[in-house]
Amino acid sequence: MNWSWSSFWDFLLSPYLLRGAWTTVWLTVAAMSIGLLVGSAAALMKMAANPLLRWVASFYIWLWRATPLLVQLVILYTGLPQIGIRLNVVECALIGFGLNEAAYLAELIRAGIRSIDRGQVEAAKALGMNFAKTMRIVVLPQAARVIVPPLGNQFNGMLKISSLASVVTMQELLRSAQQLAQLEFRVLEAYVAAAVYYIALTTLWGEIQRRIEAALDRPFRVS
Amino acid sequence: MNEAQGAGILRICDVHKSYGANRVLSGVSLDVPKGQVVAILGRSGCGKSTLLRCVNHLEEPTSGRIYLDQVLIGGREDKGLVRRMNQNDIARQRRQIGMVFQSFNLFPHMTALQNIIAAPVAVLGHPPEQASDEARALLDRVGLQGKASAYPGRLSGGQQQRVAIARALAMKPEVMLFDEPTSSLDPEMTQEVLQVITSLAAEGMTMLVVTHEMRFARHVAHRVVLMHGGKIAEDAGPTEFFDAALGDAARAFRGIGAGS
Repeated sequence: MNWSWSSFWDFLLSPYLLRGAWTTVWLTVAAMSIGLLVGSAAALMKMAANPLLRWVASFYIWLWRATPLLVQLVILYTGLPQIGIRLNVVECALIGFGLNEAAYLAELIRAGIRSIDRGQVEAAKALGMNFAKTMRIVVLPQAARVIVPPLGNQFNGMLKISSLASVVTMQELLRSAQQLAQLEFRVLEAYVAAAVYYIALTTLWGEIQRRIEAALDRPFRVS
Repeated sequence: MNEAQGAGILRICDVHKSYGANRVLSGVSLDVPKGQVVAILGRSGCGKSTLLRCVNHLEEPTSGRIYLDQVLIGGREDKGLVRRMNQNDIARQRRQIGMVFQSFNLFPHMTALQNIIAAPVAVLGHPPEQASDEARALLDRVGLQGKASAYPGRLSGGQQQRVAIARALAMKPEVMLFDEPTSSLDPEMTQEVLQVITSLAAEGMTMLVVTHEMRFARHVAHRVVLMHGGKIAEDAGPTEFFDAALGDAARAFRGIGAGS
């Protein structure tokens, strides 16, 4: 058997891989944040009275969900320079992951908003709240409770799918592992070390998600 | 009791409301002086809830006008025509009109206190400290001292409805609308809630109360309005309404209503 524990531990504890893991974390958080912002806007547009707004939102959601994320990334990174649009690696990753995620989150958020009883909106209106305040104070906090479990799934997925950023040369966890592997020709050890990081990150996120859900559920607990 | 004509704080003038071909209100006019308590009775489907919801523009009347303090609700008068108001202006008008719903509609993610201060803080811009003090005083007033930090899910129906009344009162409205406030409550809780409404009446709050509670209509209301088929069928003081021989609709209604 050709497995070197010492190489494995070296990789696992190397600052290089740790930096890659950190890039994966912030890329995931940033992409999810962009996805939440753009996705909320798209969800509200899709529920708007104005048919043009609804059409724009539907078109956006359709287009982004109709193409693979990898294709979107290479178009952004290697395709666009041909027509003079040069984005750096980070811009490509944030735009690609953020806008792709937004298309999926828009549907999640829309479902969450629709699950809130109409009486809640009427009570908010009767108290003199306008649309924005009704959403911010009454609807979205309650929708969050419905949205967080599937949103957590998306976050978990993003931690792993962010490895696609290695294709556009983003120095995240997978690409860092690839480089370590080439350096010492210890391929299995390097990738297993990367896998251990992914396991740690998704497990940690699972715990964070559990706590967020518990906090959102507290007002609804019967005993 | 209904002596004031054209001088009411709330004036409902020839309001019609249809949903497609379905006519729910066909020409309702009602003039409510300040401090008057109007009980609105009628079978389900007679349009009484729709009328209430037109007052704070949760429903837009198909035609007709509603004035609060001489100000048209939900529109602007421009050379005799009514122009639709934008949503923010309607929201501003609703601050003066409190509403209590049959299903309470408390915000379940907020404590009783948070429910009460949400609008004063977010809509009126009151400092949270001041709003909380006022909210505690309101909770006392509806008999719920000590429930400030309870979530709605932990309160009984009667307690929830009393929080909902306190929440509406926190905006210091000119008029209160009650849409069947006790219809989802058992008799004991109904009494708790009616007591609160009765005390508001004693303090001179102007109120429209859609209800099936005949005792309340008889003993607390200054005026009883019976609706039938989208119109006002009877409009009388409680004594005349319940004791004197009135129109057929009222007779028929008293026949099926509670025998009080």
